[in-house]
Amino acid sequence: MIWNKTFECMSREEMNACQSRRLVDMVERMYHNVPFYRNKIQELGLHPGDIRDISDLKKLPFTTKQDLRDNYPFGLFAVPQSEIVRVHASSGTTGKPTVVGYSRRDLSTWSEVVARCLVSAGAHKHDVVHIAYGYGLFTGGLGLHYGSEEIGATVIPVSGGNTKRQLQIMRDFGSTVLACTPSYALYLAEAMAEDGVSREEYKLRVGIFGAEPWTESMRREIEAKWNIKAIDIFGLSEVIGPGVSCECECQDGLHVQEDHFIPEIIDPVTLEVLPQGAEGELVFTTITKEGLPLLRYRTRDLTSLNYEPCKCGRTLVRMKKCTGRSDDMLIIRGVNLFPSQIESVLLEMGETSAHYLLIVDRENNLDTLELQVEVEQKFFLDKISELQKLSKKIQSNLESTMGLSINVKLVEPKTIERSEGKAKRVIDKRKFLS
Amino acid sequence: MTIKQISVFLENKSGRLAEVLGILGQENIKIYALTIADTSEYGILRLIVSDFNRAVNALKEKKFTSNITEVLAVSVPSQAGSFAKVLKAFADEAISIEYMYAFKWGTSATLILRPENIESALNLIDKNKFNLLKPDDLGNL
Repeated sequence: MIWNKTFECMSREEMNACQSRRLVDMVERMYHNVPFYRNKIQELGLHPGDIRDISDLKKLPFTTKQDLRDNYPFGLFAVPQSEIVRVHASSGTTGKPTVVGYSRRDLSTWSEVVARCLVSAGAHKHDVVHIAYGYGLFTGGLGLHYGSEEIGATVIPVSGGNTKRQLQIMRDFGSTVLACTPSYALYLAEAMAEDGVSREEYKLRVGIFGAEPWTESMRREIEAKWNIKAIDIFGLSEVIGPGVSCECECQDGLHVQEDHFIPEIIDPVTLEVLPQGAEGELVFTTITKEGLPLLRYRTRDLTSLNYEPCKCGRTLVRMKKCTGRSDDMLIIRGVNLFPSQIESVLLEMGETSAHYLLIVDRENNLDTLELQVEVEQKFFLDKISELQKLSKKIQSNLESTMGLSINVKLVEPKTIERSEGKAKRVIDKRKFLS
Repeated sequence: MTIKQISVFLENKSGRLAEVLGILGQENIKIYALTIADTSEYGILRLIVSDFNRAVNALKEKKFTSNITEVLAVSVPSQAGSFAKVLKAFADEAISIEYMYAFKWGTSATLILRPENIESALNLIDKNKFNLLKPDDLGNL
């Protein structure tokens, strides 16, 4: 099944024409409504009239996460606040989140693209969609929610946590589609096995997993343990949230909803657009968004694009599963984490040295974090209780800043390796490449 | 009269204690008393030594985290009930003891105490006529 054949199956020429029309319109809107973009475009000696079709896209300036931060919270919105009907946010490096705003039309665009994703994953109106993504400022829960309603499925907004209850609801309500992070899907599978309730008691047939990188071997494991089809969905809140791209049942690349978001692949160092098929940094230009339209937004995700039409009938370009990032951002249990956030928490506390080492691992399919912090001479007290108080305090400050629980381990001074130039702050033991 | 005790932060790694003791040995510093408070990840080594200034400097040089804490040493006769008598006096006056350790030597035994409030502990020891040891006494045992 294809939700919107007109847009999902149009020819390359039609798609180029559609993208060109929408791009020209968007650049015009941005130029007049967002001072930040007007300045950027003027600095390059450009005028909106210079952008005539998508071949002119490469002339336009890039947008980075830093630009969003510099214009925190609403500085890049292209419509008056009275037209913004929803705000979401994701964690940022300096404690300030990245804020995104949606107009009413943006919300319906979002529902539309998520609906396409769900249908391409094999879901339909008779499904019971179990949404175990967090609801709230995070786009995961509500994004999947409105898309599922759009296709007329029965939505169960369970949100995250409480694994036992998740399993019970899945059984009792007959959930057929599960939406959550791939690591949580595995965690649920193991909890199901421990519960001793037979797989036969569950009606699950499709899983739509995203918000964190995962490997082909994780996919095979999830598919075997749940006996379902595991589909990869991709998105980032800056662009719209989940639903920017998604696999179809062929599971051979994620179809990008390119009539709304134009993808480009660039060299992260030279910023040159790379030839078709080459691997590089993924960049998105949103061409229909009203609230927070973005010009050439650098996702920092590394992937490549495949323009071959897919066996499923869709002509939408396919991006490969992301293989890594061109910056140091980590995705832990679906939450974005920059190591510099840890440093600023430690510096602000001023009770330890700012030397730390973060060790990321995966135990029982859940990401674990251990932070090693050096105890400093001037703060060292002769009492175990004081040391325990210190590590508890670090832990709770980190948790309130980043929303992640991190196991804090105090270590002796100078045990964390100092290297010339960029210090090694993170050891990621998780394996994403199969 | 208090006694200066050195505390050293140690990770739970094999060889760390040997390293600290090796440094002190090389500096020809004698150890009079020693105890370790441990957790699963780290511990605090507490020492009373012949020359705390030199010991602290030597440890600092080798990048160990350490500091100096005032403790009290009380000597009691080596017989049943004598520790209990001292601790009961503390309990009666509601003076908390953060930690303590003890050892026996010949016909007497020594308690090393870290009370929450040193002043009131000293008053109590004075009032009860307990035998408070001076820093040099520990070396002469």
